[in-house]
Amino acid sequence: MGVLITGTNTGSCERDSPGHVRYNSVSELKWRPLLLRIRVKPDNTGVVTDGVKHSMNPFCEIAVEEAVKLKEKKLVKEVVAVSCGPQQSQETIRTALAMGADRGIHVEVSGKDYETLGPLQVSKIMAALAKKEDAQLIILGKQAIDDDCNQTGQMTAALLDWPQGTFASEVTLDGDKIKVVREIDGGLETIKINTPAVLTADLRLNTPRYATLPNIMKAKKKKIANVKAADLGVNLTSRLEVLKVEDPPQRQAGMKVETVEDLVGKLKEAGKV
Amino acid sequence: MWLYLTPSRRLLSLRRNLIQYRSITLENSGRKAAVDKVISPFRSICGKDNVSLGEAIREQHGKDESVHRCRPPDVVVFPRCVEEVSALAKVCHDHNLPIIPFGTGTGLEGGVGAVQGGVCFSLRNMDQILNLHPEDFDVTVEPGVTRKALNAYLRDTGLWFPVDPGADASLCGMAATSASGTNAVRYGTMRENVMNLEVVLSNGTVIHTAGKGRRPRKTSAGYNLTNLFVGSEGTLGIITKTTLRLYGVPEAMVSAVCSFPSVQAAVDSTVQILQTGVPIARIEFLDDVMIDACNKFSSLSYPVTPTLFLEFHGSERSLEEQVSTAEEITQSNEGSDFQWARDAETRNRLWKARHDAWYAAQALRPGCKAYSTDVCVPLSRLPQIIVETKKDLLESRLTGPIAGHVGDGNFHCLMVVDPNDPDELHQVHLFTERLARRALAMDGTCTGEHGVGLGKRALLCEEVGPLAIQVMKGLKDSLDPRNLMNPGKILQRGEL
Repeated sequence: MGVLITGTNTGSCERDSPGHVRYNSVSELKWRPLLLRIRVKPDNTGVVTDGVKHSMNPFCEIAVEEAVKLKEKKLVKEVVAVSCGPQQSQETIRTALAMGADRGIHVEVSGKDYETLGPLQVSKIMAALAKKEDAQLIILGKQAIDDDCNQTGQMTAALLDWPQGTFASEVTLDGDKIKVVREIDGGLETIKINTPAVLTADLRLNTPRYATLPNIMKAKKKKIANVKAADLGVNLTSRLEVLKVEDPPQRQAGMKVETVEDLVGKLKEAGKV
Repeated sequence: MWLYLTPSRRLLSLRRNLIQYRSITLENSGRKAAVDKVISPFRSICGKDNVSLGEAIREQHGKDESVHRCRPPDVVVFPRCVEEVSALAKVCHDHNLPIIPFGTGTGLEGGVGAVQGGVCFSLRNMDQILNLHPEDFDVTVEPGVTRKALNAYLRDTGLWFPVDPGADASLCGMAATSASGTNAVRYGTMRENVMNLEVVLSNGTVIHTAGKGRRPRKTSAGYNLTNLFVGSEGTLGIITKTTLRLYGVPEAMVSAVCSFPSVQAAVDSTVQILQTGVPIARIEFLDDVMIDACNKFSSLSYPVTPTLFLEFHGSERSLEEQVSTAEEITQSNEGSDFQWARDAETRNRLWKARHDAWYAAQALRPGCKAYSTDVCVPLSRLPQIIVETKKDLLESRLTGPIAGHVGDGNFHCLMVVDPNDPDELHQVHLFTERLARRALAMDGTCTGEHGVGLGKRALLCEEVGPLAIQVMKGLKDSLDPRNLMNPGKILQRGEL
């Protein structure tokens, strides 16, 4: 799921004081299974998703929270939440609206198309929506916890030819640039990128708020537009084919030995030493 | 417990033990034979993989987070549904084997120790969240669901289950021990928040205490069986489902800290805040010894005097009013350094001292274990009992920083004790008995939230009196005539 931040219709940003730019933002949200006991389908083509409770991807929650925070600081004009998936993924958009997003866009993808929906198709959809909505900022979660791809944000930026600030743990809007502190293997990297831009949220960016009952009720009045991928000129055909999904190997029972010599002997037998 | 006794008591105990030894060995061999007979029926009921005789598994299921030593059961079973629980219970009943229900093992009074051996029913495989009704604010859960798991599940609904005993405990286990926590002053304890239970009795009968599937917000139908089982600590039946009352997630929260020159000033502020009708969510008291420990442990710099930690829940506007009323009250009671915070990060920093109290107490004496006492008295008696307890601690030369849910008149001394020093252990034991009796003398109770378990059975008699104990015994006899349900807890041997 991502939060798009859309721009104004004229393509320029509103300025209400020197150096203070107001953006609209868009988030793309992913609807995925809650982490309970996951079981592989008997035909090994995937995991069982029927009857499994689904909810918003945790990194997407952080993305929505960041967009809402920017709006509360009045740095952003409008937050639009986007999700691609079957009817039920509207629930995630509702949660984003309850957290503070202004309106939602549901790109309906179901059946076979949904099973093969991957980062490339989603990023094409996002790029098309960004142009249509005149967005200035796209915020996504860094990766989805069901497929761990970590590609949608980067691909979206490439398709739009926009700069990207990925694995963001701190975001500061600075005039028409954005300062992003990124979590990288070696530590923290600070970059400054131009807008419009794509950001992906990492774990420590913020702590997402809970949707409270009054806000859930208000969210029911906010609009969710329905769009089809074809209307955006996006072809959903996947270039990937899943060959097989398997359980990891069962953990074998251990073996107790009496002495250290026995242990070394067994290790040698198994070729480990 | 033997180490806690004086030499003369040890001799008497030895003699009694020798006499009991013979009957115990006979009991043991009889029980061993029974256990051998039931393994095969157990396996056919819940599957070979869900019956365990392994020593490590049995030990894991014979202890909790109290100081009581491990008392492993003879066998552990892992039923997957209420039908299996019922069938297994019938088998145990036919062979006269004790039944000990086990949730998460996070209890603090030795409630899961199998003092007479028997079969431990580990209910962790029954982990479904059923029948959530957001508009009715209720949900039904199985014993394997812990409170954090439920709240994570409820995240998107705007609802939560606020009872927070600290540990990530099984909700059915919390019902069994009538758990409470820091939020009780506003949201109540398990007694107020359990609407219905599904219970398996010792002979396998399955009952619904308020009727199957029923969840009205109030009822006056018949005897209150639901609250009979809440707090029964597994001695009357195995809880296999509980229907809980949910609440809306607070729109906003504010946390505050305030220091006071004396315990009296802190408690007076608490009483006045409650009297003005401020719907305070949490109000926690830490004494000077505890604050000192927290300062050292978390590198903080709170003034080393009695301190209150407060938390307010509500809408933005109501919070402003609540906080300003509370601030005025604390100032009129000579409170100082009133700090408050709205955003999550600063709130967590303010409350860090309270969150780390357990570890801070243990850090006072590295290598020692901590044991928490638990008494509760009417609010007006709280200053007196805390002052007398602190005097007792000084005179007995024991380390016992105090943390308490002052809104309920409930406080805990975190006794830090060297587990290898029998004299110290004995002193702590005597101290806790004096503390419990002090609370009883002030119209209070010997256990505010942890339960009776193994260690407070004698105190329970003193608290409710012999006639009420007889009534409890009558109930126990009628529901569990063979005394198979978690024997040795709540009621003493002599009473059965």
